[in-house]
Amino acid sequence: MITLMSFLVGGLYAAAIYMIMRRSIVKLVIGLVLLSNAANLLIFTSAGMTREAPPLIPYGALAPEGAVADPLAQALILTAIVIGFGVLAFAVVLIHRAYEIVQADDMDQMKDTDT
Amino acid sequence: MNSLSLVLRTTGYFLLPLLLIFSVFLLLRGHDEPGGGFIAGLVAAAAVCLHLFFTDVPSTRKLIHIDPRDLLGWGLFLATVSGVPGVFMGDAFFTSQWVELTLPILGETKLGTPLLFDIGVYAVVIGTVLTIVLSLAEAEE
Amino acid sequence: MQSPTLLALPIVIPLLAGALSLIYWRSRKAQRIIGVLGSSGLLIASGFLMEKIWREGTLVMHMGNWHAPFGIVLVGDMLAAFMVLMTGVSAVTTAFYALGSVSKQHEHFGFYPLMHLLLAGVNGAFLTGDVFNLYVWFEVMLVASFALLILGGERAQMEGAIKYVTLNLVSSAMFLSAIGLLYGLMGTLNMADIAMKIGELEDTAMITVVSMLFLMAFGIKAAAFPLFFWLPASYHTPRVAVSALFAGLLTKVGVYALFRFFTLIFPFEGTLSQSLMVWIAGLTMVTGVLGAAAQFEFRRILSFHIVSQIGYMLMGLALFTPLALAGGIYFIAHNIVAKSGLFLISGLVFRFKGSYELKELGGVYRQYPMLALLFLICAFSLAGLPPLSGFFAKFMVIRAGVEEYAWWLVATALAVGFMTLYSMVKIWAEVFWKEQEVCHIKPPRKFRGGTRMMYATVIMLAGLTIFMGLAMEPLFRICMMAAEQLMDTDGYIQAVLGVTP
Repeated sequence: MITLMSFLVGGLYAAAIYMIMRRSIVKLVIGLVLLSNAANLLIFTSAGMTREAPPLIPYGALAPEGAVADPLAQALILTAIVIGFGVLAFAVVLIHRAYEIVQADDMDQMKDTDT
Repeated sequence: MNSLSLVLRTTGYFLLPLLLIFSVFLLLRGHDEPGGGFIAGLVAAAAVCLHLFFTDVPSTRKLIHIDPRDLLGWGLFLATVSGVPGVFMGDAFFTSQWVELTLPILGETKLGTPLLFDIGVYAVVIGTVLTIVLSLAEAEE
Repeated sequence: MQSPTLLALPIVIPLLAGALSLIYWRSRKAQRIIGVLGSSGLLIASGFLMEKIWREGTLVMHMGNWHAPFGIVLVGDMLAAFMVLMTGVSAVTTAFYALGSVSKQHEHFGFYPLMHLLLAGVNGAFLTGDVFNLYVWFEVMLVASFALLILGGERAQMEGAIKYVTLNLVSSAMFLSAIGLLYGLMGTLNMADIAMKIGELEDTAMITVVSMLFLMAFGIKAAAFPLFFWLPASYHTPRVAVSALFAGLLTKVGVYALFRFFTLIFPFEGTLSQSLMVWIAGLTMVTGVLGAAAQFEFRRILSFHIVSQIGYMLMGLALFTPLALAGGIYFIAHNIVAKSGLFLISGLVFRFKGSYELKELGGVYRQYPMLALLFLICAFSLAGLPPLSGFFAKFMVIRAGVEEYAWWLVATALAVGFMTLYSMVKIWAEVFWKEQEVCHIKPPRKFRGGTRMMYATVIMLAGLTIFMGLAMEPLFRICMMAAEQLMDTDGYIQAVLGVTP
């Protein structure tokens, strides 16, 4: 399972980088979405996978019984998803405004600030 | 946005209050059990977005009454302030403080600063999502 | 256990101030008052924090009474405290300068809440003792900076923002991936805990991979060679108050993270990353200053100089002796003051003359001699002339280089110093000295209250760079203490976890 996930994560990174390299800004944002998802899945995979054992403590007990999934990694991913959501919402607003002002969806037409 | 789909409009008016009640349920449930301010806030924001789908921006603004930026401000304020009581009790910042009360209808109830924090997060999430969505929708129109 | 509440104040004050100014977003006046009060409160709190750490050593606060390594800790050592203090200085100057320079629409769009949020993020990044928490504060800071960057909505700002946002998001993704791998290796994300356990790990190849990922991520944030391209493409586009705040703080957070990670967590001395850092430092200095030499726009020149100055800070880290680290730390503080001052001066010149282009400017010395004097102080400080703060900053770093026989690095640093002076003289000659084309001359404007406020902040920064040069002795002791704490990882672990490794 971990091998499969590793390939998935690698594939996502590759796809993300391919999309970021494109000239279109919409594709750039899609690439960024994929990149943040790839990073989240990387945390999920590298923290180890435990199936069908949610990290919930039974009522009255002080510790869960047996091996359970790592709750910290899940908390990290949740936080990262929240942050990614906020940042990407901003990115969408940004490209919309940029499109209105520049009237183009092409990185090659946005070279004014480069030197 | 014009309301093209009769189905969406009809079910929307049913779903809107249900989703809002469900979001409050999630908010109050979530200290020891799955739920919490963030998810509840997303559900509530999704409900308002649903309303936006089958009406237009002015009527959605009318529906939520207050400006989302106010929600954002008060939520952030509440969430930050919820860390302060711990300091007065001699603990570190954000140490939870609990009070046990016997209320008339609810019976034995535990109230604490994490609830305050969750309500703050709830307001921040609704405020953020609606600020972004409404400004995008206004730009479209 | 007594918990030092003071340690959380530099984060809580800006958060509260940000929340309050969001609540009062309709009232311009209330926002301005909160802006001034909040940033002044931050400066005062950070001053007290510094004093307390000076007396009592490293402070640790376990948030919510969840103890390390399970909970999130705030750790205040001398380096963090010094950085927080400089953030306070930067906050106060920006808040006062904004009173005079930020327009009504921008205040309505949320300049003040965003400024407070940015400050909270910066301070959080300085004070946290947890790797993932550091990521969260970085993102808080970034989101605020994204929105500040496009305040005004001009075409150049949009173009700059797209590059800035993209490269910073890529860097965040790398940071997050590195955190994931690190967690998979160590099973903990508390910095002290990692520092204690990383020596026992057998998989050194994986540690190198993770450390390189962190190096890339923070290198982008710090605008180090060859990852700095976003900085000169975007820093000259926003409003001047925002530019000054960015130039003062944002890249320094990246440098701080490099200092923290490569002293505490990753074994640095004599490894690949150290020799890499030497090259990065040298090339960052050179490319930055050469880029500046090719520019003819006031703020673009300054932006490229940020890059070149980052090189000096990294040189302090690369040499890795107490004196070099202290020099790097002092350099960060000096750069925050001098660079913010120069950006604010460029804003005043723009207000009087209506341009940033060197060839359209001129005659400022004749009309505004006071401004010219202030520019000279800040510019000479940046170039490193005694007795200003920049001289001692460079002196410490270069002296450390001589002691380590790093002759190439020393030669580069000296040459880059001369090139910096050349750039500053270029600005002086073009903007202040030469006669302006007759048709463009505007009569000197009467000082309104706002302009006076802007002047006052620049005078404060120029005064501070002189003061930092004259009060070298105590500052040197502070920086040495910070550097020795950085080298003494056992002390850090002892303070956070309460065990001796």
